[in-house]
Amino acid sequence: MSDDFKWTYSETVKEHFVNPKNILEDDASFEADGKGIVGNVKCGDQMMMVIKVDRENKTISDCKWKTYGCASAIASTSILSEMVIGMPLDEAYKLSPKDVAKKLDGLPENKIHCSVLGDKALRSAIDDYYTRSNQGEKIVRDKTIVICQCMNVTDHEIEESVLEGARTYLELQEHTKIGTVCGQCKDESIKLLKEYIKKHFE
Amino acid sequence: MTEKLIYMDNNATTAIHPEVKKTLSESMDYFGNPSSLHSLGRKAHHIIEESRQKIAKFINAEPDELFFVGSGSEANNTVLSILPCESTNHNCTSQCSKGGGIITTKIEHPCILETSKCLALKGAKVSFLDVDITGLIKNEQLERTLKDTSGLVSVMMANNEIGTIQDIKTIARIAHEGGSLFHTDAVQAVGKLPVDVKDLDVDFLTLSGHKIYGPKGIGALYVKKGVRFCPLIHGGHQEKGRRAGTENTLGIIGLAKAIEMRQIEMGQEEIRLLELKNFLRKGISDNITSVHFNGHEINSLPGTLNVSFSGVEGEAILLYLDLAGICVSTGSACASGSLDPSHVLLATGLPIELAHSSIRISLGRENTKDEVEYVIVKLKETIEKLRKMSTVYS
Repeated sequence: MSDDFKWTYSETVKEHFVNPKNILEDDASFEADGKGIVGNVKCGDQMMMVIKVDRENKTISDCKWKTYGCASAIASTSILSEMVIGMPLDEAYKLSPKDVAKKLDGLPENKIHCSVLGDKALRSAIDDYYTRSNQGEKIVRDKTIVICQCMNVTDHEIEESVLEGARTYLELQEHTKIGTVCGQCKDESIKLLKEYIKKHFE
Repeated sequence: MTEKLIYMDNNATTAIHPEVKKTLSESMDYFGNPSSLHSLGRKAHHIIEESRQKIAKFINAEPDELFFVGSGSEANNTVLSILPCESTNHNCTSQCSKGGGIITTKIEHPCILETSKCLALKGAKVSFLDVDITGLIKNEQLERTLKDTSGLVSVMMANNEIGTIQDIKTIARIAHEGGSLFHTDAVQAVGKLPVDVKDLDVDFLTLSGHKIYGPKGIGALYVKKGVRFCPLIHGGHQEKGRRAGTENTLGIIGLAKAIEMRQIEMGQEEIRLLELKNFLRKGISDNITSVHFNGHEINSLPGTLNVSFSGVEGEAILLYLDLAGICVSTGSACASGSLDPSHVLLATGLPIELAHSSIRISLGRENTKDEVEYVIVKLKETIEKLRKMSTVYS
């Protein structure tokens, strides 16, 4: 009977949720060249991606993952692992949550958060590879840094909020929803808030 | 995928009882406006009053102490709207007091929690009582809170998420000794447990139709004789001015029939449900590792089981079970569309990651032991599959 009704997510999400591809079954024997973990169990999702690199062609030769999270989080990591196998490192490095969501034939708006973590985990794994292989110079230090992982709020957005009038942590939260889930970023956000107020207004 | 869906979400809503369906289909022609003076109106009016008597009797109330509303949420909103009413000159059936405080709990249904928060913004003094790890409130905290807040105490009889049943009789006594009126949201309790408003000595009690195999869109509010009251919906003489709007004749008939069927079936049915739940609980413990049962082991609704599985997320469990034809619910944030997991589980002090990992299985009259066995098998498969891909469990 449930088949008669539209499933919560797209058929592609369903396929990758029901039959996830490239799950990392044995961490020890995989011998990853790079490994990245992002997210937080307290927020409801955490993702780990491990990659093997074809050094000659500078491509990802294998990618496996583990995810704690809902259907869209699982599907996002699964499809991402398929997307990147064989992909040049620099191309994989630029993948965005939008690319993942598009490949999944869309995600509900309140689930975009789940796919945000996938590309971050991948970038973190590539960064780890660059670090391990003495290519640290290739790591792109984003102009913006994500301060609040849960709500995906960057330092740039904190600065914007200050310019728009936020002066207290509460006002900052009203503007950006920063720290409204697990709250782990509170100290860092307050520090940045003070810095930007000082920079622009003192 | 099985042929038939296994519905184990009976705390969310229930399938209409076959006898209720029958009665409803036979009642389709009672379309007369119960306020009309002609024969069709009088017939509808008569049926409504007959229904009121049946329902009132079931909770040991007088018929004129019970009036019909559109939902449990409406009944609860109505009760909470009484205290902050500052008017002395409306259509109130008795005088409203000026302002007043509300003491409620952290595990109430959102229709109490959100309404209380809204009233707090309008100036009412509102306190939310804590619960212990089993979901029970602490009477000492209520006593202490009553020293500086009085007005209305509202504590739900049985919790919809974890099933915990409060000692309402004692709580009502404490509220009264503290100079407050007492309301209980008994939407999950009436029809599942014996409820006697006189014995419990409550001032207000909320009940609803669709949780007990009746139709949706019908509820009732018990207001003890002599207790002050102010309507939420003004503008009509219906329900003696306590709730305006043309009566939902079919809903009322359905609610009365559902209650009549509960009267016949409840005693034995709840024993059977408790056995089924214990079987399910044991099946889960015996077959799946690292599980955590939430709520009170004994003071609990017979059919409600809330359980967390370490290392997996609730929405993922729910959707895998759904694909296997099993309907349950979850306290995980992901499923609710918000970012926070169940406020009830968090209030019991359950770690946030276990709240994200929870599901609620609520059994009902149509569930069988075979179904429970199938659910145990599917649950085991699901948890094993999800744990294999989980970052936090290997």
